[in-house]
Amino acid sequence: MRLIARRLAIGVLVAFTVMTLAFLLTRLSGDLAVSIAGPSATQADVEIVRKAYGLDRPLYVQFFAWIGRAMVGDFGQSYFFKDSVANLILKRLPITVTLGLVGLSLALIVSIPLGILAALRENTWIDRGVTLFTMVGQAVPSFWLALILMIVLGLQLGLLPISGTGTWQHFVMPGIVLAFTAIPALTRLTRSGMIEAMASDYIRTARAKGLSRARIIFKHALRNAAIPVVSIAAVQLGFMLGGSIVIETVFALHGVGYLGWESIAKNDFPVVQAVVLVLAVFYIGLTLLADILNALLDPRLRNG
Amino acid sequence: MSALLEVEGLEVSFGGRTAAVRGASFRVEKGETHCLVGESGCGKSVTALAVMSLLARGGQRSAKKMSFAGTDLTALSDREMARLRGNRMAMIFQEPMTSLNPAFTIGSQMAEVLTRHKGGSRAAALDRAAELMGRVGITAPGMRLGQFPHQLSGGLRQRVMIAMALMCDPELLIADEPTTALDVTVQAQILRLLASLKRDLGLSILLITHDLGIVARIADHVSVMYAGEVVERATTAELFRAPQHPYTRGLLSCVPVPGRVQRDRPLGSIPGVVPAIGPGFAGCAFRSRCTHAVETCAREIPRRQAGEAHDYLCRLEPDWAELQPA
Amino acid sequence: MSEPIAIQAPQPSSAGSSRLGSAAFAIGIAIVALVVVAALIGNALVPADPFTQDLGNRLKPPFWMEGSEAGHLLGTDQLGRDYLARLVYGARISLLIGIMTVITSGLIGITLGVLGGFFGGRVDDVVLFAITTRLSIPVVLVALAVVGLMGSGLGLVVATLGLLLWDRFAVVARSTTMQVRNHDYVSAAWCAGASMPHILIREILPNIASHLAVVATLEMALAILLEAALSFLGLGVPPPLPSWGLMIAEGKDYMFFSPWVIMIPGVALAVLVLGINLVGDGLRNLLGAERLR
Repeated sequence: MRLIARRLAIGVLVAFTVMTLAFLLTRLSGDLAVSIAGPSATQADVEIVRKAYGLDRPLYVQFFAWIGRAMVGDFGQSYFFKDSVANLILKRLPITVTLGLVGLSLALIVSIPLGILAALRENTWIDRGVTLFTMVGQAVPSFWLALILMIVLGLQLGLLPISGTGTWQHFVMPGIVLAFTAIPALTRLTRSGMIEAMASDYIRTARAKGLSRARIIFKHALRNAAIPVVSIAAVQLGFMLGGSIVIETVFALHGVGYLGWESIAKNDFPVVQAVVLVLAVFYIGLTLLADILNALLDPRLRNG
Repeated sequence: MSALLEVEGLEVSFGGRTAAVRGASFRVEKGETHCLVGESGCGKSVTALAVMSLLARGGQRSAKKMSFAGTDLTALSDREMARLRGNRMAMIFQEPMTSLNPAFTIGSQMAEVLTRHKGGSRAAALDRAAELMGRVGITAPGMRLGQFPHQLSGGLRQRVMIAMALMCDPELLIADEPTTALDVTVQAQILRLLASLKRDLGLSILLITHDLGIVARIADHVSVMYAGEVVERATTAELFRAPQHPYTRGLLSCVPVPGRVQRDRPLGSIPGVVPAIGPGFAGCAFRSRCTHAVETCAREIPRRQAGEAHDYLCRLEPDWAELQPA
Repeated sequence: MSEPIAIQAPQPSSAGSSRLGSAAFAIGIAIVALVVVAALIGNALVPADPFTQDLGNRLKPPFWMEGSEAGHLLGTDQLGRDYLARLVYGARISLLIGIMTVITSGLIGITLGVLGGFFGGRVDDVVLFAITTRLSIPVVLVALAVVGLMGSGLGLVVATLGLLLWDRFAVVARSTTMQVRNHDYVSAAWCAGASMPHILIREILPNIASHLAVVATLEMALAILLEAALSFLGLGVPPPLPSWGLMIAEGKDYMFFSPWVIMIPGVALAVLVLGINLVGDGLRNLLGAERLR
């Protein structure tokens, strides 16, 4: 438990660091007031903008103001949407989270059986086939896969809608593409975990007890092999949420990633800052969850 | 009278190349403790695994005869063999630290053997598990049921393994070096436990070991293995009184036995190392280290009788005398 | 001390049976070699220029489809530019970005990792903190933001990716350094009075170099894919430079009628990345045979 508390403390520190980096990120392009005011603004207009957005205050004052409000969830007002940043994010969050969960579920549904199969048929053609599949999966660019699926499943076969949200079908193709980003790693992990487990002494004992093969594989071996897979899956979800921007953009899913994309295009700095922070916090939370899951599932890690 | 376990001409190889066992034959009678003794690498563990059909991938076995309580083991399918394992034949292993699944409680691992083979409720199985744990000398068995393997010491884990092996009242217990990984004091306790189980339950035990001391303490019959063959078989008393095979004699001279060793005489040792046996090896595997080897030892070796239930593989006559040192 | 799951060094992947493993390795090297050759001399071999537009000849299909034109083996894009020429030029861009990014991120990551692994204690705490922070950052989003706010350009893309993709270098450098620093030859050098930089550079680095080479290949593949994604979204390599990602983006509008416009660069990307990964895996298997000394 002490370890978890320590991780939590570090996580909070990391969040603060990310907040700082996000703040600095948006200040990168130089004078924000100029960007907001637009190319056709006069010097007077720029000064008005500067005052209105509090950009005339010293940098560290702006920084602490941002931190102070961010900690209570007030990320300010969007420059372009007529809404508070927090509201914007909250409205889009369910879509991104749903997409992430769909992607992860699909990934696990594919990876775990494939990994087990490859492990049980180690060094046969099936195993090599699975390895080839994971290698190709890692090499294919996700946005390209998205387009291919659109052409095949959306257009030629007319099976699924290719953009927007609204029904569960809208999440299928994006979910598949997202799953592909995690399938290679999870499959390899399952496979190596199962190979190691099946070669262990306790499996020999299980065989000596005359247990059925199914029970040996799915109860005894898998239970041990799955421990790292479950926790890595949580981390992968974190990566998926962070990387959702590409897929949401291609499929026009109005999630948090897409919001980030729009706000970059529009120089909507408060939104950009907030999106970076929110995604980072999700990742931190998920890695913490991964460590907790790891401790829960492995009796050797629990205290006493 | 047919034995409980009869093995004749067992051969085991891995990957078609390494011949780990090249014709082992022995019998385990009902209610007796039979020791398979030999140094590391002689094939004794592999023999036990082969009997239980637990060989690792790539292992092939064949035997002229291998029967348990009249059932031909070589004719059984995997499924049928699995029904015997843990049920009428049980096995415990050398490394108690890694032989139990770290993710499940002691109780659940023990209970599943009983429910698997004899059905019944989990609660009843857990009761029996607690009872058996008490039988093997584990204190507070009720509490142990809910504990995980990593919470127990090596000696305790081995007792759990023994109790687990007894869940279905097996007729035969195969123990592969059960005390090698344990402290000396714990060793003695485990041996005493095995002896008492044999006495009280009529359990037949096939014990694999490299330690002649253990043989002396607990075995009724002994089979000595060298380089994949059984080179001598006898009752324990006979073996220690009148060992015949040069290897056995060499082994015994290495072990200081109170009352037998003479002062001022060096302990014996066997020069040389166990040879690597490739396919197509003929003759006696010990000849490279034997002071009595002659040309014919590279060919067929006769099996000689040295008394009732005492035979050995050597050209030398029974009760042959040592060559005097030059 | 156990590190968070996310930071634990990656396990070696499946060591396939050696015969197939070395076949895969050879294929990987062949692919990479082919792309390198194409990048170096390709545009000298292909007659057309990748930038010349020919609006009368737009969207001509490649030679295996009907309606194709002589002189344009792979057809033309939506502005009439020769597709093959652009594809070959794009190889140059991908490789260049891959290599430059790996050099930058490698320098950052290896330095951090070795320092943290060797000195341990507070230094290591700081390094681990930096790695954890870097891992929390949504990379694609931040890269897009940087390019979006500061204007696009090859150099900027390389710098951004280089500053973002050093994490695996750091993790592997750190864990291998921790294993190596306890070896006797390090103590021997220490006792002989060697200076700290000497130990780090002459004793530690050579022994972890092979593992870092494996990471380099994987990071190169990742950089190439990321650049393609950035260019696809319009915030990577600026047009008219024919980055493969950009070609896919430009072809997106026509993909339903002229699918080859996105198929070809996509396949090129996948094949190149696969080749690099095969090389990396091959290296890893070679290492598996000889353990870390």
